[in-house]
Amino acid sequence: MTLKYSLKTALKGIQVNKSRASLTILGIVIGVTAIMLVMALGEGAHQLILGQIQGLGSKTIFIAPGRQPTGPSDFAQVFSDALKERDLALLERKTNVPNATRVLPIVFGGETILYGSETHRATIFGSSEPIAAVFDVSPAEGVFFTDDDVRGRAEVAVIGSKVKKELFGDSDAVGEKVKIKGRNFKVIGVLSPKGQASLFDFDDAAFIPYTAAQQYIFGIKYFHRFVVEADSEDAVPQTVLDIEATLRESHNITGTQKNDFFMETQTDMIERLGVVTNVLTLFLGSVAAISLIVGGIGIMNIMLVSVTERTREIGLRKAVGATNKDILYQFLLEAMALTATGGAIGIALGAVLSFITAIVLSNVIAMEWKFTFPISAALLGVGVSAAVGLVFGLYPARQASRKSPIEALRYE
Amino acid sequence: MPTTERKKEMYNENINTAYPLILVRGLTKTYVNEDIETPALRDASFSVEAGEFAAIMGPSGSGKSTLLHLLGFLDRHTSGEYRFDGKTIDDYSPDEIARLRNKKMGFVFQAFNLLPRTTVLENVKLPLLYSGTKEKEWDGLARAAIESVGLSHRIMHESSQLSGGEKQRVAIARALVNDPLIIFADEPTGNLDTRSGMAVIEILQWLNNEGRTIVLITHETELAECAKRIIIMRDGKIESDSPVGNRRKAADHFSK
Repeated sequence: MTLKYSLKTALKGIQVNKSRASLTILGIVIGVTAIMLVMALGEGAHQLILGQIQGLGSKTIFIAPGRQPTGPSDFAQVFSDALKERDLALLERKTNVPNATRVLPIVFGGETILYGSETHRATIFGSSEPIAAVFDVSPAEGVFFTDDDVRGRAEVAVIGSKVKKELFGDSDAVGEKVKIKGRNFKVIGVLSPKGQASLFDFDDAAFIPYTAAQQYIFGIKYFHRFVVEADSEDAVPQTVLDIEATLRESHNITGTQKNDFFMETQTDMIERLGVVTNVLTLFLGSVAAISLIVGGIGIMNIMLVSVTERTREIGLRKAVGATNKDILYQFLLEAMALTATGGAIGIALGAVLSFITAIVLSNVIAMEWKFTFPISAALLGVGVSAAVGLVFGLYPARQASRKSPIEALRYE
Repeated sequence: MPTTERKKEMYNENINTAYPLILVRGLTKTYVNEDIETPALRDASFSVEAGEFAAIMGPSGSGKSTLLHLLGFLDRHTSGEYRFDGKTIDDYSPDEIARLRNKKMGFVFQAFNLLPRTTVLENVKLPLLYSGTKEKEWDGLARAAIESVGLSHRIMHESSQLSGGEKQRVAIARALVNDPLIIFADEPTGNLDTRSGMAVIEILQWLNNEGRTIVLITHETELAECAKRIIIMRDGKIESDSPVGNRRKAADHFSK
């Protein structure tokens, strides 16, 4: 039998029982829709976080104390005190790290800020003046603190737009005093709103000189992070090596001894993010794929019913010359046509739903959530649903093809 | 249309002349069900030449349907010998048997077995789907077969819209469409009233006059007498095998 006619016969077999067919493929539709949705959202989330990482700048290198965490047991290492004032001075020296244009020390932590009877918990960043340029934040009112403020351990703060709103409402903040950890800090600037455009929410943060932060707020003599900005993207790998050499020497680490700090560039973060989102997408996708199996069993069930119902038809086809193969293909094709139809509907539905979700998410989280039609997921959906038809259609089709023509013709 | 004589010659070219079209020797079929053996056909021997019109008669349970299934290669015999066109079922692979049924045999069943929700034309085309005939020829062949059973005016009707007699005529057209050597008709009038039953038999007689070999299974003497020869079966055995002396013409009966 020609493929064209086989397909025609298969489609006719489905049309005979439209409502049953549409109920049967529902499982496949839901499965493929779910896969599409998960893949599209996964891709959207990936793009979003990618954008945030890229927002940090491709020339930026993060240095953190401890070893790069490889598991929960390494967690304590993250909070080690390896990064000292001395390291900062060494890194700033041009002879050590020639390509570094800026070296920022950072201490940070969540603290409650008080103004009158108002309180608000925000992230306190203790750093030096260039942090404004590196993270691209600028005061809408007032000024940013200066190197003099840092040297003088000045108790001044530049607050994010959200902190300002929470504590001061619509009244002026610049010139007012807020209390952090019992110390008075003078608000000298309010940042313009940025939205969560990078990994940190700068709107819900306060910036103070790191000297003041170390002394009065965190009570430490080390740093949580260094941020080094290289003069160009190409200089990043060399700068990483320079920093490593400088810090190893400073920390007296020699030979095969392991570093007590680690560095991360944008490339590293993107790589790590890729792994995380891929694993997540794969995990959610496979949960969705289970519904495809359930759908496949539904198809198999209905095909078995169909084969029994059409026993006489099978007998007749055999009597007029259909081979076992002809019958096998007929029912297999019918099952595959069912699942492929389900897959196509699922892809369309999944695309529409993820488009709507993208719009809703953009509004809810006030972030640019890009809709991307996951072509790979669509192809996967088509492939998987056809494969489901093949796998779950095979058994009923074999049952059909093995019927003896006389038994089939006698069947009432 | 070729003449009757020429058509007969055409068939003769196709068939193996060393053997009769159907050769049955000591054919036996025993069904085994849960260790109980039920003999359905015992030691049957006869032959049918090309161009014959043989009726196999007998009460239900006499083994005539079993015999027809064996003759149509729909089932395998237990012992004995059956040659169709000189060859036994063991000479063929399952696919070749399917092809043989498709090309050289036509079946007409008591229950018509038309595909539901399918037009007359598509029903008649069914054997062509499996035949390897070029698709562009299908319509012509099917229309010619429908024409020959006088149903051209019903060609686009769905099978459910037809009367019983018309349904059986569609089934005959379907059996004819691949131009088979033989037509096996299993109680073709069993579900029909006398009038439409006779119309069906009339078509079979006409086909036989055109040179087609017919094997008709029936339990009605009146219908059997429309054939040229009657094989009577009882308890799985052939009781008698004789030519019909005073052959009925279905057309005569029809005109009464």
